[in-house]
Amino acid sequence: MDTSNDAASGLEAVLSLRGISKHFGAVSALTDIDLYVNAGEVVALVGDNGAGKSTLVKILAGVHQPSAGEIFFHGQPVTLPDPSAALRLGIATVFQDLALCENLDVVANIFLGRELTPLRLDEVSMEIRAWTLLNELSARIPSVREPVAALSGGQRQTVAIARSLLLEPTVILLDEPTAALGVAQTAEVLDLIDRVRDRGLGVVMISHNMEDVRAVADRIVVLRLGRNNGIFYPDASNQELVGAITGASENAVTRRAGRRAGRAEPGAPNP
Amino acid sequence: MTTDLGRKAEARPLLDRSDERLSHAAGIRGTLSAFFDRVRSGDLGSLPVVVGLAIIWTVFQALNPVFLSPANLVNLLFDCSTVGVIALGIVCILMVGEIDLSVGSVSGFASALVGVLWVNQGWPVALAILAALLVGAAAGLIYAAFYNRFGMPSFVSTLAGLLAVLGLQLYILGSSGSINLPYGSTVVNFGQTMVMPDPVSYAFAVLAGIVAFITGYRTAARRKAAGLSSRSTGGLLFRAASVTVVLLGIVYYLNQARGVPWMFGLFVGLVVAMNYALRRTKWGRSMAAVGGNREAARRAGINVRLIYTSAFVLCSTLAAAGGVLGAARLATASQQAGTGDVNLNAIAAAVIGGTSLFGGRGSAYSALLGIIVIQSIASGLTLLDLSSSLRYMITGAVLAIAVIVDSLARRSRLSHGRA
Repeated sequence: MDTSNDAASGLEAVLSLRGISKHFGAVSALTDIDLYVNAGEVVALVGDNGAGKSTLVKILAGVHQPSAGEIFFHGQPVTLPDPSAALRLGIATVFQDLALCENLDVVANIFLGRELTPLRLDEVSMEIRAWTLLNELSARIPSVREPVAALSGGQRQTVAIARSLLLEPTVILLDEPTAALGVAQTAEVLDLIDRVRDRGLGVVMISHNMEDVRAVADRIVVLRLGRNNGIFYPDASNQELVGAITGASENAVTRRAGRRAGRAEPGAPNP
Repeated sequence: MTTDLGRKAEARPLLDRSDERLSHAAGIRGTLSAFFDRVRSGDLGSLPVVVGLAIIWTVFQALNPVFLSPANLVNLLFDCSTVGVIALGIVCILMVGEIDLSVGSVSGFASALVGVLWVNQGWPVALAILAALLVGAAAGLIYAAFYNRFGMPSFVSTLAGLLAVLGLQLYILGSSGSINLPYGSTVVNFGQTMVMPDPVSYAFAVLAGIVAFITGYRTAARRKAAGLSSRSTGGLLFRAASVTVVLLGIVYYLNQARGVPWMFGLFVGLVVAMNYALRRTKWGRSMAAVGGNREAARRAGINVRLIYTSAFVLCSTLAAAGGVLGAARLATASQQAGTGDVNLNAIAAAVIGGTSLFGGRGSAYSALLGIIVIQSIASGLTLLDLSSSLRYMITGAVLAIAVIVDSLARRSRLSHGRA
């Protein structure tokens, strides 16, 4: 499906950004950023602290407005003045802190603010819908009637993602979905991202973890100091990625890789 | 039979029972062990209040055999209703994790206003009561504005309100200091003598069981049709029947004396309505969400300010309603109305009943259970002819214990993964 698109221009992409800049006073958080995501594609957004990843996601979520540049949704120019505008278009966001109410159960959290029949809550329909969503994600949630406080970090991430899918979005933005998780839970969430992609959604995922990024991303967009600093594919080496992120070819990773290359016999598999 | 059922369940697992890692309570034994697990992890529900009530009643009955007599219990229910309505408002405000310390003053001012407008100014009584309720609502609106606009902590703004409204109460009562409401008027009768006729009270007891069964049965049928686990019809029947039998027993006992006060009926009606609003409406869900995680509620698109405003307004309005009932109960609007322990009794009742001071957890029924505990202590100490000094100390100690239980249970819930 990637080949059907003009990858360079991203004209047929679900969501594309052209020359986005964002200034906070004298600080340029983003300068002339281009980004696009196709349906059924996972784009990883990587970069050092302060590279502008979160600012970019907030612009896509409608939290911030860009100072310059254009946003295209299905090829049409759009503006995202507030988060609900982004939601209406079909851009769902899962923020890093998940924003779940721990005292409410899973169904209540998934439907929070979007309850069916406000004056006589339709708990049965909501529970069925919640199970359908979770089963489509092959999610491993033991019970939707447990308070979220009883769930593990990975399960909470699952609930947050399921909630964002409730409105049938076409693009989903994930801010550090694996940052707070253990090994098994990380694997669970990466599986989940795979299944979201298989549903035909475009996924933009911020991550610090190069392993996770290479495991699940179709394309890796590197930001550095608020600018595009290269597009990579999952077969890129750690060295290349870290080089692009830090902007230095001389650092601990490259030195070790260099030493290893020096020791290794020719033809040995490079991890 | 059992194996048959087991195989059937295996063939087509219920939608919410397909995960084999989750244990499900089956049968009476499973239900019991699930209950003990819940209690051990700090999800106490109304257990502490039931245990507390049993202890209090045993002690007072041993000290004075009049305590559990039907006549005294009927009086107890009359007294419960006034502060109970105020406590119901406290449940609302505690749900969003805020507090209103001025409910006593607002109730006192409401009773004074009814006295002044009705007796002194000659307004129709209904209009006077409406005015008192509106003034209560206005007080809530002011607190909400302070909270939403200036970020003023509710305990400070309502502490200021406590003084200001008390001043207003003294001001409108003027030099006379108290206004007697006319004996024989409907309002005073409602607060002092009106009880349900026996058949009506029995009918209400049966109605409660029938409604419990019908709603439970409908839900179970819908869940079954949708492939979700559901309660068995037998279990539902058992539950509804036990509710009815217990209520019939209570009503029968009270009918040995005067009977069930209409004022208590009004209080229970308000509790049931509030319970529905908190559990089964979007508004109630939003209240719990705001109390649990304000930022999450905001991002979910809930109008957080509106929810806070509704909580403050409801709390003050119910406080005013409690004040009006209090005036009817005492047949007077005086400078003492709403002062002293009214404030703390209302807050203590909500907390003792199981509504958390930390927000996001609570139930309308906690006002009902809590006020019965508080009023039992007051009534028992009065029967023993103890001074109010001792009453204050004992009520204070009970409140402290209730808050400690709440805090410990909360800590335990956190460590056991329950909210």
